[in-house]
Amino acid sequence: MALSRNISVSEASRPKLPRHAKLKFDETRQVWVILAPERVLAPDEIAVEVLQLCDGVRSVGDMADQLAAKYAAPREAILTDVVAMLQDLADKGFLTEAREKTS
Amino acid sequence: MSDILADGKTAGAAAPSDGLAVLEQKRSTAETFGIPLAVLAELTHRCPLQCPYCSNPVELDRAGAELTTEEWKKVLSELAEIGVLQIHFSGGEPTARKDLVELVQHATDVGLYSNLITSAVLLTKEKLSALADAGLCHVQISFQGNEPVVADRVAGLKNSHEKKLEVAKWTRELDMPLTVNAVMHRQNLHQLSDIIQMAVDLDADRLEVANVQYYGWALKNRAALMPTLEQIEETSRIVEEAATRLKGILAIDYVVPDYYALRPKKCMGGWGRQFFNISPAGKVLPCHAAESITGLEFESVRSNHSIAWIWQNSEAFNRYRGTGWMPEPCKSCEFREIDFGGCRCQAFALTGDAGNTDPACTLSPMHEQIFKQAEREAAAHQDRFLYRNFAGGTLETEGEHGA
Repeated sequence: MALSRNISVSEASRPKLPRHAKLKFDETRQVWVILAPERVLAPDEIAVEVLQLCDGVRSVGDMADQLAAKYAAPREAILTDVVAMLQDLADKGFLTEAREKTS
Repeated sequence: MSDILADGKTAGAAAPSDGLAVLEQKRSTAETFGIPLAVLAELTHRCPLQCPYCSNPVELDRAGAELTTEEWKKVLSELAEIGVLQIHFSGGEPTARKDLVELVQHATDVGLYSNLITSAVLLTKEKLSALADAGLCHVQISFQGNEPVVADRVAGLKNSHEKKLEVAKWTRELDMPLTVNAVMHRQNLHQLSDIIQMAVDLDADRLEVANVQYYGWALKNRAALMPTLEQIEETSRIVEEAATRLKGILAIDYVVPDYYALRPKKCMGGWGRQFFNISPAGKVLPCHAAESITGLEFESVRSNHSIAWIWQNSEAFNRYRGTGWMPEPCKSCEFREIDFGGCRCQAFALTGDAGNTDPACTLSPMHEQIFKQAEREAAAHQDRFLYRNFAGGTLETEGEHGA
């Protein structure tokens, strides 16, 4: 089944990388990269940390809680940044959302 | 976040963020030419299609000269080890190799991200499924038009269009991302809007609208393929409109025909700067058309040298690297590190010297003459194709093209 395009990232979203986007540490260049169809992206440190939390189980709200606690920073500011960053990735097609299991 | 890979084939298009330049800044001059992030593996020159613009050299490698399964596996391991991240399995038609699943599996095992660049006509659902299971990450299918009459004629193969549509659907059913590659020229540009819609209907993620680049087979067919200036203006309008309308639904990469551009394309991102490909017989090449340049010797993976050594030290890669080789008008040009003098293969094909400025550039003394010739050819309506094959090409019979 086709994954939906244009996902809208919100606090309740449970995003994950789609099958074709792979987050990997490039040993040769000593940087984290996202491998995607005919593209290699170089996420910054913060993006890598957030992407590692994108397991399709955690919500964006959970991520904000976790990061706010770790960095002792205001949750609202972190949430805004995380949503913006993930939305940018989603718009580029490198992020998808875990589907609700049909009960 | 920066995009640090320009696809080898579309590197000619505008590169808004050249992240490679950012990476290079951190390195010493000696390390400037880091190992490319992606490599094109042309597994074979065999292909059931006969497209008149084929990017393979006119002198095709025979099946008997192809690297063996074990040799390709060794190459893939070596590439992963030296820092290549992505492999593009191409051809010819890569699925003509019986060992493709095994090679994709090996690429996966050594950590390479694999793309398949295919005409799709040899694929079955079972084969595609096996490739997905082997870890294939992305499928790119070439289309010659949006319906069988034009498409099958350009491909020189009956029922090819219908087969491609079928394989595109299987690709999405298997949840692999799909790129539609549409090579455009005078005889199919009128279908562009419909091709864009076809890509949307096929649920493709990406569409490459690639105008023919004129060397090798395409140069032989230039009179039959060269678009008119009016067509190009219309094309740019259509692509621009569609790119805006389909934002978030379909990404469109647009390769302009450089004959009608003011500046030459930054071919391959610069010679020996971020790209190499490996030919069916194992030659390591700065560009898939590089063997058309006579007088350059290309090293093979079958030689005693490592691939990294060939990339860094071989004469062919160093000949046109950077800007030191440039004559005027490139030498003192403010754009010399923007376009690196354009395309060496085109300079060779059109001027007889690969070291000349690419005539696509308005600053080339030959630009005016070549542009006028292209315009004349586009207006002459000589529509017969010379089909690509191992026999040096076969001219389309009269009547086949009569639409």
